[in-house]
Amino acid sequence: MLRDITIGQFFPGNSIIHRLDPRFKIVITLLFIVMLFSGGTLLCLGIGAVYTFTAIFLSRIPLKMFLKSIKPLLPFLIITAMLNLFLVSSGELLWQWKFLKITDEGLNISIFMIIRIVLLIMGSSLLTYTTSPITLTDAIERLLSPLRKLKFPVHELAMMMSIALRFIPTLIEETDKIISAQKARGAEIDTGSFINRARNLVSILVPLFISAFRRADELATAMECRCYNGGSGRTRLRQLKSAPRDYAALAVTILFLAAVIAAGKLLR
Amino acid sequence: MENIIEIENLHFSYASEDEKEAAPEVLKGIDLTIKSGEFVAVLGHNGSGKSTLAKHMNAILLPTSGKVTVDGIDTADEERIFELRQSAGMVFQNPDNQIVSSIVEEDVAFALENLGVPYEEMRRRVDEALKDVGMYEYRMHSPSQLSGGQKQRVAIAGIIAMCPKCIILDEPTAMLDPKGRKEVMATIKRMNREHGITIVLITHYMDEAAQCGRIVVMDKGRTVLDDVPEKVFSQVEKLKSIGLDVPQVTELVWELRKAGYDVPAEIITENDCVEAILKLFE
Repeated sequence: MLRDITIGQFFPGNSIIHRLDPRFKIVITLLFIVMLFSGGTLLCLGIGAVYTFTAIFLSRIPLKMFLKSIKPLLPFLIITAMLNLFLVSSGELLWQWKFLKITDEGLNISIFMIIRIVLLIMGSSLLTYTTSPITLTDAIERLLSPLRKLKFPVHELAMMMSIALRFIPTLIEETDKIISAQKARGAEIDTGSFINRARNLVSILVPLFISAFRRADELATAMECRCYNGGSGRTRLRQLKSAPRDYAALAVTILFLAAVIAAGKLLR
Repeated sequence: MENIIEIENLHFSYASEDEKEAAPEVLKGIDLTIKSGEFVAVLGHNGSGKSTLAKHMNAILLPTSGKVTVDGIDTADEERIFELRQSAGMVFQNPDNQIVSSIVEEDVAFALENLGVPYEEMRRRVDEALKDVGMYEYRMHSPSQLSGGQKQRVAIAGIIAMCPKCIILDEPTAMLDPKGRKEVMATIKRMNREHGITIVLITHYMDEAAQCGRIVVMDKGRTVLDDVPEKVFSQVEKLKSIGLDVPQVTELVWELRKAGYDVPAEIITENDCVEAILKLFE
């Protein structure tokens, strides 16, 4: 049952979006977020939507997957919309019931916010959908590498992240085994009252932690045996090479960003 | 042939938390030399000190007293520790806990990345190592998609990529199914035969030890037997007295001899055994 959990939700593929240099993809995603938040008019949002849907189309990942990515954030979306809807009191009154009021401006703002957040989620999902977690880690390490001069442990952080990613499937498998073992001993994990179930969770977490620490210890020894000595003087098997298409994608994104800012400023 | 591993009067005890009480010695004076190109099995019961001995060959543990030299490097010499670990690679029991990366080929490259090997050479050595263990087609897979035997072969490839002179394997097949065990043993044997890499195989499986060129039997921190498999397995009573089983073939021959039949004591393969028994009927 735990096997269904996917983290990062990477969809392997060979589209142009998949093949972009991950470093560029991260920068582009950041620019995309700026783009969504820099214009305050519907036109700005329209440009952002065109950008998002073009990118999604190019990735050749079904739109359904992106709609799925919104689902877990639905409560958050509804709360945001409600707050905007009822708390904005300026503008023309449309509907009133006791202390609840809806104005046209409130309606506008809440629709605007929903579209903006939906685009934001869909656009940033594109990054994790088209980039494997390990590539993403690698790109983050390289993007942050200038911080090494400030004694920021960039390599160590990236190494921790990639080891964590490596051990997610292992630990999930282990958790499954522990759950079965504890059930065989009569632990109620799926049934019983909430408090009882929470208490029984301890019987899963404790063995899991102990085993994780033992694994960490063995892994550290194995790493030392393979001459691991921190980040200094390391070379990499994975080479990141930027191609013309990466610069082109960046240029297009900057163009869209400029268009959004211009549309926000000029056509008010 | 030169000696690749030299162990002189090795004593070892884990540091005890209680200063007054001396910790029990795990290794009680071991002398052992292993020649370059040899295929040695270290056989012993749980707690015989065989894994502790293996960890001394890679400077994971340092002697309490005595001396361990690997490829001319004293394991206590901290400055040359990476040089030492490059010439004597170590493979552990649990394949899951020694694979670092989420992609097979990157895990094989891990040691080379650490050593700062340039890209072109790294690429070549990684591909060669993966082909050597027969895992080249799986180079882009995630380790979690592989079977235990395959994972262990990836771990071996990670060591081979360093071009070591010697590989120490600490019960590499203990957690594998019979198929995985066969794959791993075949890989180890090929490394020894084709690349001349010295193999030290720590094991408690008799049939694996029987495939080696030399067996060192350990008991309670001492080496009790050290000879070719035929000679070691002919000492059935001694092996039984320290809680080890002998291969079925050897046991049968031993029982036959006890019953007064004239079969040679030094039989370890099934074929030899069949022939010897057929001879009895003639």
